[in-house]
Amino acid sequence: MVQNNQGSRIVAHAVLILGIAVVAFPIYYTFVASTLSLQTILRPPLPLLPGREFFTNYATALFGGVGRIGGVDVGTLLFNTTVVALAVAIGKIVISILSAYAIVFFRFPFRMFFFWTIFLTLMLPIEVRILPTYKVMVDLGLIDTYTGLTLPLMASATATLLFRQFFMTIPGELVEAARVDGAGPMRFFFDILLPLSRTNIAALFVILFIYGWTQYLWPLLVTNSNDMNTIVIGLRKMISFADADTEWHLVMVTCVLAILPPVLVVVLMQRWFVKGLVETEK
Amino acid sequence: MATISLRDVRKSYGSQEVIHGVNLDVADGEFIVIVGPSGCGKSTLLRMVAGLEAISAGTIEIAGRVVNKLEPRERNIAMVFQNYALYPHMSVFDNMAYGLKIAGLPKDEIRARVDKAATMLQLEPYLQRKPRELSGGQRQRVAMGRALVRDPAAFLFDEPLSNLDAKLRVQMRLEIKQMQRSVGTTSLYVTHDQVEAMTLADRLVVMNQGVAEQIGTPITVYERPASVFVAGFIGSPAMNLVAAEVAPQGRGLALAGGGTVKPRDTALPDPGRKVLLGVRPEHLRLVNGANNADFEIRVAAVEALGADTLAHGHAAGAAEGAPMLVARLPGGTRVAPGDTLPLAIDPGMTHLFDAGTSRRI
Repeated sequence: MVQNNQGSRIVAHAVLILGIAVVAFPIYYTFVASTLSLQTILRPPLPLLPGREFFTNYATALFGGVGRIGGVDVGTLLFNTTVVALAVAIGKIVISILSAYAIVFFRFPFRMFFFWTIFLTLMLPIEVRILPTYKVMVDLGLIDTYTGLTLPLMASATATLLFRQFFMTIPGELVEAARVDGAGPMRFFFDILLPLSRTNIAALFVILFIYGWTQYLWPLLVTNSNDMNTIVIGLRKMISFADADTEWHLVMVTCVLAILPPVLVVVLMQRWFVKGLVETEK
Repeated sequence: MATISLRDVRKSYGSQEVIHGVNLDVADGEFIVIVGPSGCGKSTLLRMVAGLEAISAGTIEIAGRVVNKLEPRERNIAMVFQNYALYPHMSVFDNMAYGLKIAGLPKDEIRARVDKAATMLQLEPYLQRKPRELSGGQRQRVAMGRALVRDPAAFLFDEPLSNLDAKLRVQMRLEIKQMQRSVGTTSLYVTHDQVEAMTLADRLVVMNQGVAEQIGTPITVYERPASVFVAGFIGSPAMNLVAAEVAPQGRGLALAGGGTVKPRDTALPDPGRKVLLGVRPEHLRLVNGANNADFEIRVAAVEALGADTLAHGHAAGAAEGAPMLVARLPGGTRVAPGDTLPLAIDPGMTHLFDAGTSRRI
């Protein structure tokens, strides 16, 4: 804001507050609903203040085994989802940083061919390759396994390109200085490249963790058994067509629990995340 | 400490040859400066010695060992880069220690060596800082420290001072010279700055378009440039070069623009030979009267630098488009554009080059 008079500041803040309210209110409402009994929820209007069933609802959801999702408690779902999100995020970062390293710093035959192959996969929507991928997973017997849940999601052209762009900004003299100092490819990678990429890695980790956490289509296809479900799938299964059959208070608890870990990741890594997006250490 | 020798070293990119066979023998402890304009191949040559560029033909020996196929780390050299190339995430100490760590030296030995180098370069207060918290000059010192701790067979400097401001450059130039003197390590130093080249070098290699035009001490290169290129490149302002022909019957040199010059204490080649006459601006003297002068110039522009006055002009009577000549006159000389200055060439201070081959006669 160039102008700094009272009026424009009030307007600006009003717009900001309105925006936040629009985004935050449904989340608040979810939380409120998660502290009410089912009867209260089903009898409109819904109160705007939290109720008294907080501990009961959360205990039931976490350890009780919710009937709708095949007797699996939310804790298992959360654990599954955490495994999937972590594996996808870490796997993607490891694979893409290694492939970017190869493409940027090594001269090998068909280098550009491989680069363009990776680049091309960017243009294919996931749905295009989801059936063949599913077939491969079935043939490998990976249905209902963590490997099956995560492996197909790990290859990432976006992250590879991101690391490639970052590596290209590393001055050639730095690479040469390391060579003169006697650092081989492995040492250069671990001693120099990795520490320099850590803000990028942190930013990517946050994005990819949330990507993994919110996966819906793939986990839905590749899991049959209820105790391999992720929380998003579990949430979907809890909701029945008939309003009366749905345990809305537990659905809301599950929602809140499903939101918490990504929020925690963002909050805890916020400093790194912003750093990774706006600056590269030179 | 070691000798370096280059035997007919060539470099080609595809069919394009950029280094056309350089021969050079560097004695143990010698400070060699490779100087030339940008694009002459001087950095490429240095990087070939470092092992960062492959050698297309010829051999390079460091300490009597052919290193053509060796990786940089196996050549026992240390290099100082133009942009310092410090590891941004490491402290000054770690930057200097990194090479030693890789070499597997014991911790206390590393500490001792880094401390010694830091003392020498006055870097002790900064050992725990990151490079970004240092000034340009300090970063340059860290880069030198990193080379110093390795105690290598040779130091390679790739235009290490060109990112510093003028004042710091003079200071660092002296420090590099002192450092090299005190450790006595053989050094190759690449620069495009002739002042750096003249002041630092035990011997100069003047390069032009991939050819070492002349290899010699700075004074030799200044006093007896081997070719027109060297004559024009070393010295500031550049040497005056005028096309001429040796006149018959000992009447001196007939200048291309008209007029003759009869330089004193100079043996002239056979009459009729086409030559380039070279005279440094500082070897032109203002004399009284046209009779005592070798030639006259009509002043077109004057640059008063304080200590010197540079008078630019054309030879009197020369045709339009004749090359500009420069005379370096004492600072107090009052000259204005339009004046005609009678000038004499100091005895023995003419340089003659063959017009065809551009080599010194």
